[in-house]
Amino acid sequence: MERCDLVITGGGPAGLAAAVSAWEAGVRDIVVLERDQELGGILNQCIHSGFGLHTFQEELTGPEYAGRYVEKVRRLGIPCLLDTMVLELSPEKVVTAMSRERGLFQIQAGAVILAMGCRERARGALRIPGFRPAGIYSAGTAQRLVNMEGFLPGREVVVLGSGDIGLIMARRMTLEGAKVHVVAELLPYSGGLKRNIVQCLDDFGIPLKLSHTVIDIQGRERVEGVTLAEVDANLRPIPGTEEHYRCDTLLLSCGLIPENELSRAAGVALHPTTAGPLVDESLETNLPGVFACGNVLHVHDLVDFVSEEAAAAGRSAARFLSGGGARGHRTIPLRAGKGVRYTVPAAVDPVRMDEEIVVRFRVAGVYQDVSVVASCGGEPLVRKKRMIVSPGEMEEVRLKRADLLAQPDAEEITVALEMKA
Amino acid sequence: MRESRELICIGCPMGCQLRVQLEDGAVTSVEGNTCKRGDTYARREVVNPTRILTTTLPVRGGCRPTVAVKTAGEVPKTLLLDCVRAVRSLTVIAPVRAGEVVCEDLCGTGIALIAVRDVEEKK
Amino acid sequence: MYDILIIGAGVSGTAIARELARYEASICVVERCEDVCCGTSKANSAIVHAGFDARTGSLMARLNVEGSRMIPQLARELDFPYRNNGSLVLCMSEEDLPALHSLYERGRNNGVTGLRLLSREEILALEPNVREDVTAGMEAATGGIVCPFGMNVAFAENAAENGVEFRFGAAVTGFQRTADGWRVLTDNGPLEARIVVNAAGVYAGELHNMVSERKLRVIPRRGEYYLLDHAAGGFVGHTIFQLPGQNGKGVLVTPTVHGNLLVGPNACGVDTLESVNTTAAGLEEVRQKAENIVRNLPLGQVITSFAGLRAHEEGHEFIIGEAEDAPGFIDCAGIESPGLSSAPAIGKMVAEMVRDKLLLSQRKGFKATRKGILNPAALSFEERQKLVARDSAYGHVVCRCEGITEGEILDAIRRPLGARSLDGVKRRVRAGMGRCQGGFCTPRVMEILASELGIPMEEVTKCGGRSRMLAGVNKDGYAEGDGHGAV
Repeated sequence: MERCDLVITGGGPAGLAAAVSAWEAGVRDIVVLERDQELGGILNQCIHSGFGLHTFQEELTGPEYAGRYVEKVRRLGIPCLLDTMVLELSPEKVVTAMSRERGLFQIQAGAVILAMGCRERARGALRIPGFRPAGIYSAGTAQRLVNMEGFLPGREVVVLGSGDIGLIMARRMTLEGAKVHVVAELLPYSGGLKRNIVQCLDDFGIPLKLSHTVIDIQGRERVEGVTLAEVDANLRPIPGTEEHYRCDTLLLSCGLIPENELSRAAGVALHPTTAGPLVDESLETNLPGVFACGNVLHVHDLVDFVSEEAAAAGRSAARFLSGGGARGHRTIPLRAGKGVRYTVPAAVDPVRMDEEIVVRFRVAGVYQDVSVVASCGGEPLVRKKRMIVSPGEMEEVRLKRADLLAQPDAEEITVALEMKA
Repeated sequence: MRESRELICIGCPMGCQLRVQLEDGAVTSVEGNTCKRGDTYARREVVNPTRILTTTLPVRGGCRPTVAVKTAGEVPKTLLLDCVRAVRSLTVIAPVRAGEVVCEDLCGTGIALIAVRDVEEKK
Repeated sequence: MYDILIIGAGVSGTAIARELARYEASICVVERCEDVCCGTSKANSAIVHAGFDARTGSLMARLNVEGSRMIPQLARELDFPYRNNGSLVLCMSEEDLPALHSLYERGRNNGVTGLRLLSREEILALEPNVREDVTAGMEAATGGIVCPFGMNVAFAENAAENGVEFRFGAAVTGFQRTADGWRVLTDNGPLEARIVVNAAGVYAGELHNMVSERKLRVIPRRGEYYLLDHAAGGFVGHTIFQLPGQNGKGVLVTPTVHGNLLVGPNACGVDTLESVNTTAAGLEEVRQKAENIVRNLPLGQVITSFAGLRAHEEGHEFIIGEAEDAPGFIDCAGIESPGLSSAPAIGKMVAEMVRDKLLLSQRKGFKATRKGILNPAALSFEERQKLVARDSAYGHVVCRCEGITEGEILDAIRRPLGARSLDGVKRRVRAGMGRCQGGFCTPRVMEILASELGIPMEEVTKCGGRSRMLAGVNKDGYAEGDGHGAV
C-alpha cells in the first residue's frame, strides 16, 4: 500500500489552504484528492465578486479567489489528484480512493484533513408537497449550469430561500435573460447579506417575501407554477394567504449540510447541531490524526474564514506528524449558552493550544446591542460588544491560552450572548 | 430642486434605513445611519450607483464551454442589462487566461470586461 | 400485425411479455410513456407480500402466494435486487387480538408458510424501534422486499432479448374490431394484433370500457410515501405493518433493498389518473400513522417524498381474463397491492391463457436468464480494481451519494431498452436517488445522456415528453427590443 504523510480529502478552498499551510509548517509528503476535474471546488461556479476582502484586501470573484490558492499549491509542487473520489476512510487512516487514471487504490495516511465541503438541502428534505416535474433545482445546481456550462435552466423563476446563493442566483438568472418573479423566505428575516438583498433583488425589482413558503408545486412534466403562502410564528402556512405564481422553474436555497458520510463511516463523532465533526482546538476529531476544516466542519458565511480555519488545520496536522502536540491530560468542553447555537471547536486543551485560538459560532436569532461573553465557572474570560448579530453571519470570539491555564479547575467554558435588559 | 430618497445600508446586517436629502442632485444630508459607513454608502449610492458585473461568455475550442468574465471596474447600475446585451454575441477563443481583456470598452462605459479564469484549449 | 399486443410496460405487462416470449409468437408491448416502469410500478411499497392479507379463495390470494414464491428464483435468474427480510404485523390493542388471530388463520388458509404469532416481548426483541405499547404480532418469514424498478426492467429486458418488440411514447386512444382481431389506435399510429392484453394499470378500466359493455370501475387511489436516507436504513429490519383495526388501515415502515427506509402509504381517492402529487395533509397522515407503530422515527433523514396511484377495482379483486363481450381482449385490470408480489404469477397465468387461445407452441432457444447492470460496489477490492483497469469508466464516480460510476450509467443507457432520461437512469442505477437528490450529479448525467443519445443538452429530459431540464442557453432571450435593458 502507498503511504503518505498527509492526505487531504477535497481540493476546494479548505483543502487547498490546508495543504499550503501544512507545507509551510514543514510537511513535504502531501496529497490532495479532489473529486472534480479541477481544483477550487464550488468557488469555480461562484462567479460573482465579493470574495477575499479579509484575506487579500481586494474583491475577487470565486474563480479568482480559488486561483490564488491553486497557484500557491502549484508553485509549492503539492501533488493533487483530480477526478479522484475518496470512497472510504478507515479509523486507521487508510484512504480508499478511485479515479479513471489510477483505478482503485489505497493510501496509508499519517494524518488526514477532511475538507469535503457541504451539499444543499434538497426539495425532499424540505418536504414541499406537490408534483415532481423537471424544473426544480437547488440553487447551486442551477449555478453550475448557468455559470459553468452556459445553460439557462428556466425562463420564469421563483426562488425559495433567501440564503446568499438564492439571492445571487436570482440576479444571475435575471442577467442571463430569465424573469425572477419572487424570492420567498420561510423565516421572518433573510439569512443572506444585506448587500445581496439590495444588489441582487432590489436592483432588479425582485420582491422578497419574508415568512412565506412554497406549499404546492404544479406541473406533471415541467414546473407550471407554484403556490406560495404566508406562514405563522410556528412556520405553518396560514390558510387564505395562498398566492399562485406561473413559472417553469423553482430554485431552492434552503440551507447547506456538511457532507460527512465519509467521516461518519470512519467513526468520526459528529456534532448534532452543525452536522460536522466534533473537533477540539486543533480541529482534530475524535480519531487522532484526523482533522476537519471548512464547510465539512460547519457551514461558513465567508470563504476567507474557511481559508483561515483550514490553515489552522494544516498547522495542527503538521504538528501531529512531527510527533508534537499529543493531547494533554485535560480538555475543557465548550458549551453554547444563551443565544448561541454551537461553537467550533467544541472543546479546548489548554496545554497544547496556541497562545490564542478563534472560537467560531452562530447565533440563534437576530439580536441587537448584545455582548458576546465567554465565561468559565461564572467568570467572564472575554466580553465583546456587538451592535447586531444574526444567524446568517458567523461570529467569533478569541480565547487566550494564558486565561485558560489560569483556570486549572475549569470544567467548561460557556459562550453566550448577554442581551440588554 | 429638493428631493428625498430612502435606501437600505448594505454595510452590515443592521441594514439601517437611510434617508438622504438632495438639492439639485447633490446630497445635503444623510440620516438614519448608525455608523460612518452608512453615510459614505448613501452619498455614493444616490448620486451614482455602480456595480461589478459578472457573466459568462461561450468559448470556442476550449476544454470548457464557457468562461466567466467580470468588469474590471464598476459600471453604472442602470447599464447592467445593456452591458449584458452588448456582449450577447461575443465568443472568446481558447486558450483564455485569467485577467485577459475580452472587451476593451463595455457598452461605452470605458470599462473593460476581463476573464476571471483560465480556459485551456481542447486537446 | 402482431399475434399479441400488450398495452402497458409496467410490471404486469412486462411479466406477461416475458412469459409469452417462451412461445412462438410475434409480441409487441406498447407504452404511453418513454420507458418501462413509469406508472404504478415505479411508486409503491416495493414489498413482496407473503400473501396472508387477501381474502381466502380470491384470485388475489392465489396469485400473491404463487408470485411471492416465484420471486426469489426469478431474482437470481433475472438478476434483480430482492431480499427476504420477513415481515411483521403489529397488533396495537387488546381488542384487536381476535383480528390478529383471524389474519393468522387466513394466511394459513391461503397457503402461506412460515407464519408465527409473537408476543410483545418477542417483537420488541426483534425490532427495538417498535412502540412499546405493542400488544402482539405475527411474523411472516416469507415476506420480502424487492427493487420494483429492477424487477420491471429485468422482465422487459429479458422479454426484449427473447424477441419481444417495445414501442414507447404511444398512448392507446381506441380500438376497432378486425376480421383477425383488433386494430389498436394510438396517438402514434395504429397497431394490429390477434390478441390484445390490457395491462394498462390505472388506465385499464378506461381501455376495457372502450370495448366492453360490462363496465369496469378502476378508481385511482393515491398513496404517499417518505423515503429516508441510508443512515436510517437500519431503523427496522422487517417490513412492519399495522394490523388493520379500529384505527383503520395503518402504514408500513420498511427497509428497502438499497438500504433506505420507506414509510407509507396512506390511501386517498383522487380525481384524475395523473394525480401523483403529494400533499401536506397526506404526508402528515403518513407520519402520524407511522408513529402509531414505531417510535423515534428519524424524519429528519427524509430525502424525498412521492406518491403513487393504486389501480383499485371496486370489488378489490384482480380482473384477469378475456372480456366476455370482446373476444381476444384480455384484461389484466385492478392490479393494485399485492400486484407487484403477484406479477410473476400474473405473467404466467395470462401467458397460459393466451397460449391456449392461440394454440402457441414452445419456442426453441428461450433464454431464461438475464444479467443486470453490474454493481461495482458489490465486488471485492481486487475484483473492482480489475474492473476499473479494464474499463476506466468504472473508475469515475458520477453520483457521489450512491457511489454510482460512469460505467454503470453508460450500461444503463446502452443496454436494450436503455434509459432515455434522467429518471430512466435513476431507476436503473440510482444516480440521483441519494441524499442530495441529484444536486451534484444532475448536470453530469445530463451530459452523458446528451452524448450517448446524440442530442443537444437542451433536449435532455427528466422523464420524456415535455420534461426538458433546460430552457436554453444564457442570453438567448435577449432579442432586440425585448424590454430587457431597463433596470
